[in-house]
Amino acid sequence: MIRTRGLTKTYGGVRAVDGIHLDVGEGDVYGFLGANGSGKTTTVRMLLGLVLATSGEAELFGEQMPRSAASVLPRVGALVEGPGAYPHLSGRANLAVFDAAGGSRLGRRSRRTRIGEVLEQVGLDPADGRPAKAYSLGMRQRLGLAGALMRRPPLLVLDEPTNGLDPQGIRDIRELLVGLNRAGTTIFLSSHLLAEIEQMSTRVGVLDRGRLVLQEDMSALKTATGLVRVQTPDVVSAVALLDGRVEHQGVDVVHVRADDAAALNQRLVSAGVRVNEIAPLVRGLEEIVLAATQTPVRQSP
Amino acid sequence: MIRVELVKMLRRPLTWVTIAGLNALPTLVAVLLALTDLGPRPGTGPPFLSAVLTDGTLFPLAALGIVLPLFLPVAVAVVGGDAIAGEVQSDTLRYLLVRPVSRARLLVAKLVSVVAFVALATLIVALVAYVEGLMLLGDAPANGVVSISGSTLTETEMLQRTAMAFGYVVLAMLGVAAIALMLSTMTDSAVAAALGTIGFLVASTVLLGLDAAESIEPYLVTRHWLAFVDLFRDPIRWHDVVNGVLAQLAYLAVFAGAAWANFATRDVNR
Repeated sequence: MIRTRGLTKTYGGVRAVDGIHLDVGEGDVYGFLGANGSGKTTTVRMLLGLVLATSGEAELFGEQMPRSAASVLPRVGALVEGPGAYPHLSGRANLAVFDAAGGSRLGRRSRRTRIGEVLEQVGLDPADGRPAKAYSLGMRQRLGLAGALMRRPPLLVLDEPTNGLDPQGIRDIRELLVGLNRAGTTIFLSSHLLAEIEQMSTRVGVLDRGRLVLQEDMSALKTATGLVRVQTPDVVSAVALLDGRVEHQGVDVVHVRADDAAALNQRLVSAGVRVNEIAPLVRGLEEIVLAATQTPVRQSP
Repeated sequence: MIRVELVKMLRRPLTWVTIAGLNALPTLVAVLLALTDLGPRPGTGPPFLSAVLTDGTLFPLAALGIVLPLFLPVAVAVVGGDAIAGEVQSDTLRYLLVRPVSRARLLVAKLVSVVAFVALATLIVALVAYVEGLMLLGDAPANGVVSISGSTLTETEMLQRTAMAFGYVVLAMLGVAAIALMLSTMTDSAVAAALGTIGFLVASTVLLGLDAAESIEPYLVTRHWLAFVDLFRDPIRWHDVVNGVLAQLAYLAVFAGAAWANFATRDVNR
């Protein structure tokens, strides 16, 4: 769906985006992660033809951008660095203006219907006639998302889509996006929020100071580490029993090299070691990202 | 896209605030004239103003003469400067471009909408002035209007020439519109684009009064603006009118071209 090769953008000698190779497959929820200022937004803008690359190539749907913008962009729903709306027009009127501006094939009546549908989808009241300047940031964000959904695009490119939303709003939008993805929409989701990406993504790319330092399917990232984490009040006897296989020892926790957590559990319990919790140790995304980047990625807003 | 831009122009509060502002000064002039009956001596002051005390139907022309040298170009600078920079400020430019709207089509649509704004504003100024002239100022002499050259014009002739004057005023603003549009693609601030355009006009006006600048005088954007008065001579003196239109078309070509050259490959970072 999205493929870049050596995509680079230089601003006055500074490489904001430095030769990145993105690969986003059809049906992915691609989490594009990076600290603020790492080059995420510049990358998104290059994908959409708003910013011209200094060198390298970008393809959407197998077609070159920005050369094929006219045939590519009608199939892309985009939210780029905050929503935009004409402040004196209502949400409905804004959606109508943007849809008409792009030479939409919708007639007046089907446009009205579709606008009502997308407003309900993002949780805005289709009957709200207030001008957009009266909207809260969260409402404007939802309106922006509604605009991205208008044409039922097979690809959504969303830059920080949950910005300004309250926790309930973030959850609503996440559920909406997961539902769209299940129905076949590919989603390219850029964010600086680890938790957001971890919960939704099937594939992750991590940008650090303009370089793509990690790109992997989530399933591959989350493979077991070969360790089992055992939480027990009897750390000393556990270590005595499993001496040589203990990799890490804490106050009430040990990490043990073992393939089968159930068998380990049985062995511990039959030896009289009490166990509170036992599970294969999986690395969290945070750990993976921190290992890959030099600049810390923020965990929460 | 042109239709979308026209609708946007008509629905924007800025359009109507500007037009209301444009009507303020001619209205004030009409009221003052009606109260005092003191017109400027013939040959001084804005064109036609000395004549409106006897013939109120000439007030639309007087009103155009009042707004043309300063207020109308300022209005065009404000609306034209808002064209692209205003979209940047409302965060809407990037959403138009990813619809996608091609940058060339957007520029053309913006230019058309600014020109449509000029036509609309001029028309409203003329209509308001016509009503004011009828209500506040002198009644028309029954047997035709006296041209500037002293001969009498029939009502039909007068109507034709008024229409031509209207067209000329709209054309006279093309240069300003193109300058404002170009500056609007160069800055993210609509105010800066408008002020830059006004600076350009002030410079042109200053140079116009300077003998040392005589050699460049025919090329100044404000040079032929009041030539619409020549349409009311008998016979019509075309020289300045034609030169004025040609000069505006040249300005349009140069600055709209520059706007395109700048905008087509510009990074849209906001």
